[in-house]
Amino acid sequence: MTTVVKEPTAVAGGVGTSPQRPDGVLKVSGEFAYSSDLWADEMLWGATVRSPHPSAELRGIDITGALAVPGVYAVLTAADVPGARHYGLEVVDQPVLAVDEVRYEGEPVAIVAADHPETARRAAARVKVEYAVRAPVTDAEDALTRGDLVRHVPIRRFATAGDAALTADVVVTGDYEVGMQDQAFLGPESGLAVPAEDGGVDLFVATQWLHVDQRQVAACLGLPPEKVRLSLAGVGGAFGAREDLSMQVHACLLALHTGRPVKMVYGREESFFGHVHRHPARLSYEHGASRDGKLLYVKARILLDGGAYTSSTPAVVANAATLGVGPYDVPTVVIDAYGVYTNNPPCGAMRGFGAVQACFAYESQMDKLAAALGLDPVELRRRNAMTTGSVMPTGQLVDGPAPVADLLARVRDRPLPAPATGDPRERPGGVANTTRGEGVVRGVGYAIGIKNVCFSEGFDDYSTARVRLSVVGGEPAVLVHTAAAEVGQGLVTVQAQIARTELGVAMVSVATADTSVGSAGSSSASRQTYMTGGAVRAACQAVRATVLARLGRATDPDRLGSAEALSLVDGKVVASDGSVVASLVDLLGDDVVEETVEWRHKPTRPLDPATGQGDAHVQYAFAAHRAVVDVDTELGLVRVVEIATAQDVGKAVNPQAVVGQIQGGTAQGLGLAVMEEIQVVDGVVRNPSFTDYLIPTILDMPPMAVDVLELGDPDAPYGLRGVGEPPTISSTPAVVAAIRAATGLALPRVPVRPDHIVFP
Amino acid sequence: MEFLRPSDWDEAVAAKAAHPDAVPIAGGTDVMVDLNFDRSRPGALLDLTRVTALTDWGTDGDLLRIGAGVTYRRLIDELAGRVPGLAMASRTVGSPQIRNRGTVGGNLGSASPAGDAHPALLAAGALVELASVRGTRRVPVTDFFVGPKRSVRTPDELIAAYLVPADPGVEQFAKVGTRNAMVIAVCSFALSLDATTRTVGTGIGSAGPTPLRATEAADFLAAELPWESLGPVPAAVAARFGELVGAAARPIDDVRGRADYRRHALAVLARRTLGWAWADLGGAA
Ligand SMILES: Cc1cc2nc3c(=O)[nH]c(=O)nc-3n(C[C@H](O)[C@H](O)[C@H](O)COP(=O)(O)OP(=O)(O)OC[C@H]3O[C@@H](n4cnc5c(N)ncnc54)[C@H](O)[C@@H]3O)c2cc1C
Repeated sequence: MTTVVKEPTAVAGGVGTSPQRPDGVLKVSGEFAYSSDLWADEMLWGATVRSPHPSAELRGIDITGALAVPGVYAVLTAADVPGARHYGLEVVDQPVLAVDEVRYEGEPVAIVAADHPETARRAAARVKVEYAVRAPVTDAEDALTRGDLVRHVPIRRFATAGDAALTADVVVTGDYEVGMQDQAFLGPESGLAVPAEDGGVDLFVATQWLHVDQRQVAACLGLPPEKVRLSLAGVGGAFGAREDLSMQVHACLLALHTGRPVKMVYGREESFFGHVHRHPARLSYEHGASRDGKLLYVKARILLDGGAYTSSTPAVVANAATLGVGPYDVPTVVIDAYGVYTNNPPCGAMRGFGAVQACFAYESQMDKLAAALGLDPVELRRRNAMTTGSVMPTGQLVDGPAPVADLLARVRDRPLPAPATGDPRERPGGVANTTRGEGVVRGVGYAIGIKNVCFSEGFDDYSTARVRLSVVGGEPAVLVHTAAAEVGQGLVTVQAQIARTELGVAMVSVATADTSVGSAGSSSASRQTYMTGGAVRAACQAVRATVLARLGRATDPDRLGSAEALSLVDGKVVASDGSVVASLVDLLGDDVVEETVEWRHKPTRPLDPATGQGDAHVQYAFAAHRAVVDVDTELGLVRVVEIATAQDVGKAVNPQAVVGQIQGGTAQGLGLAVMEEIQVVDGVVRNPSFTDYLIPTILDMPPMAVDVLELGDPDAPYGLRGVGEPPTISSTPAVVAAIRAATGLALPRVPVRPDHIVFP
Repeated sequence: MEFLRPSDWDEAVAAKAAHPDAVPIAGGTDVMVDLNFDRSRPGALLDLTRVTALTDWGTDGDLLRIGAGVTYRRLIDELAGRVPGLAMASRTVGSPQIRNRGTVGGNLGSASPAGDAHPALLAAGALVELASVRGTRRVPVTDFFVGPKRSVRTPDELIAAYLVPADPGVEQFAKVGTRNAMVIAVCSFALSLDATTRTVGTGIGSAGPTPLRATEAADFLAAELPWESLGPVPAAVAARFGELVGAAARPIDDVRGRADYRRHALAVLARRTLGWAWADLGGAA
């Protein structure tokens, strides 16, 4: 199964093992300090005044009532923003505080600092804002008609040059819809801004990308970046929701204005307005195939609602388009993907990033096509499965492993789970006693998805690592320092593992991520183990070279041969014959060897704006799912019985973390399939709470059968392939396919609600 | 905020009389959420957790009297045989943590139309015992709820206990939610069948401004059930019962579900719980 060369074991706890997380015990015992636990002497608390309207003109803001509240230190509006009044990841269009108008419900209008969080909240309620309410634009189709376009990505690829006639023996069409999913991280937006003596500010914050925050915050504060220093505070989950700024600029503004540290922590309800969500989508597909089940063409139109501001919509649209046919060989592809502006909540990054929406549609289509052809759904997929050497709809060659047919066969060949035992927890409805088998039908469904790993379209994607080797207490010790955000995924463990493997040193610590070292890029796009892992490895190799260069002076070069023939094992330099050449302690003495390396993946290229052709992506990742569900067809309740999955991870750098990502990602996909949706009516969010935005509990998430493949990618560090997103992508359509199999219903929309099953 | 901590029942009742605005707190699983979300800001909290009288249960003539402060956990562990419907409802409440703290007294205190104890209490024909320095009264639970989150309890009263028949009939409870645990009911239904009196009790949750009874459905079923023969319930009777239960609901469309789905689901639950209860009674399938 594995084609990766076995690494010599340099020291325990290296690459390929699952050492305990350094923060594991603290997190399990509740002692870990999250960003919401930050504290400073004399600190003030910030609160945010938000628009209750999805669209309105701002006629005036009266802060006098708020300022009069005892304990209030500052009330600020857009007029108080010293630098740029807007920020944004790709396009600078989102106001720090509303300027002249508000464009979504919950948009920040003013901020307050007070000596107590209650006081701040009460004062915020006394800020009088005069709105001239406008009719919001809330329908993405209307927005497109009006020309409120963020980006259009066309893909035009023809089997025969210029032949636009799309005909086939068998044609299936379908219209699909994906609701707005939330990342639902558990640690709300929070941070602490501390004014510094140099006129700058130190910001401790839970984020995904310190440097992109730093760039935006500094611009808005009108300060040079070096005066805005960010450190990562404990992050309680991210999933894309911390890519955009939330309270960062606000806390810094208040801190600089009052000269006091200012802490901001969103409540749960506020959090639903404090971050972007997954783009709701409408997708129309047409698949044409030959009688023997070979895809001839796919035509698709994908419409993504970006909400009020740009955020990462342009990149999400590109993903939906370029990955829009799935991991299949399709000779002719005509796709138009659009992202539009509306007055709905802003949408941006979320695990799966455009690939999730497309996968729900193309996998639903594959099942429809299989039915039209009278073929088994797995068989149809296998007949069209892409392989190494396949060409993407963008014209890009898939040069790495693409075990699509194999992944499908693996989940298909797993034994099916046993019938329900009668334990109420195994029934649809769980312990709520809604059925004892009445109306319950079992169904099985399959899906497979494709995801790009790392940043695409010619983006200069890099990570920086600083690695220091020295002797501490008589032992060699390594300090790894990067700006990469540990968001719960386990990067902090992986960085240490890599250092152990590369330098043969057991004692490795990972410094808190901050902006005193170069950018690591975002903890997103399934890229951090690849990118920051690659950077740490490269920095370790530089340290190793520096250390080994010292050998020449001390020992006999004839006996040692080249540096490549030496390895670092357990704190010693070992020759190829196994003999110990020197100990690191002796080689280093009191010296410190430190190297900083910027590391890049192979370059990508932009997409041709007219044809969508171009080598836009770095690496492709694949996962397949089989879902088995029991559906109470009379009540429309669903219990997912089991999910089997197979995923190629190239190299399981930390096998336990890999399985954790697969289980968590699959659960998030299950959530989208059957329960998770931010319900927005006329631009207003109706369920901003965990009472009514439901995410799967342990009784909703079934046992999983996980099959991890390790087909090394020669371009990637250790052969690894990004792991985080693929499980989220195909689990949704697999669950829905299983519900369709049980009910015979079309179910063109996720999440599937009970009334969709009862009143189709 | 004042925090009143009576050490016994008399002190508690006196404290409520002296501070009618004080908000009683039992398990706190509703009160603390309200405080946290700043939905209410009481001048005083009246902590009932030291009042041991509230956590007792025992018989009172032919009734079983259960203190308002008995937790869901204890109802499941200690009383599942005596209040089977209420114990089934208790199992569906929240999570283990919530069941360890939450009480039926608190459920009644909140008087939410979605409170899971209510349908079971309605079906069982329970009484709610209210007490104040003025005295004690027992109110049929059917008269207890007067509107969404409103009850007949006066500001100086506390809920002392609730009472159900000591010798219950067979009881069932079922709740529809959009996930398999930790969920507010989309709708719920409780049924009790008493073979001795040949009566039927019903309770509907989360499908109207208050918890409701399905009186017409209950009367219909009481008249139609083959009590004597314990023969199978005719399919048409079960179906009609379901329809009448659905018709008794007064649901709305909201984030948790559609009104038409609630009526439909109640009809299904009514039919199913009838089948299970009839079987528990020894009736034929
Ligand atoms: C996560 C979570 C999940 C939940 N899930 C469910 C669920 O599935 N089903 C459900 O029905 N509920 C649920 N609830 C709500 C809550 O747990 C129940 O309503 C519970 O019964 C409240 O009991 P308590 O003892 O905690 O009440 P408290 O919060 O202490 O009090 C609730 C109300 O009753 C009043 N009160 C309490 N005792 C008395 C008394 N003796 N006399 C007069 N007034 C009194 C209080 O003043 C307050 O108004 C959930 C709550 C949470 C936080």
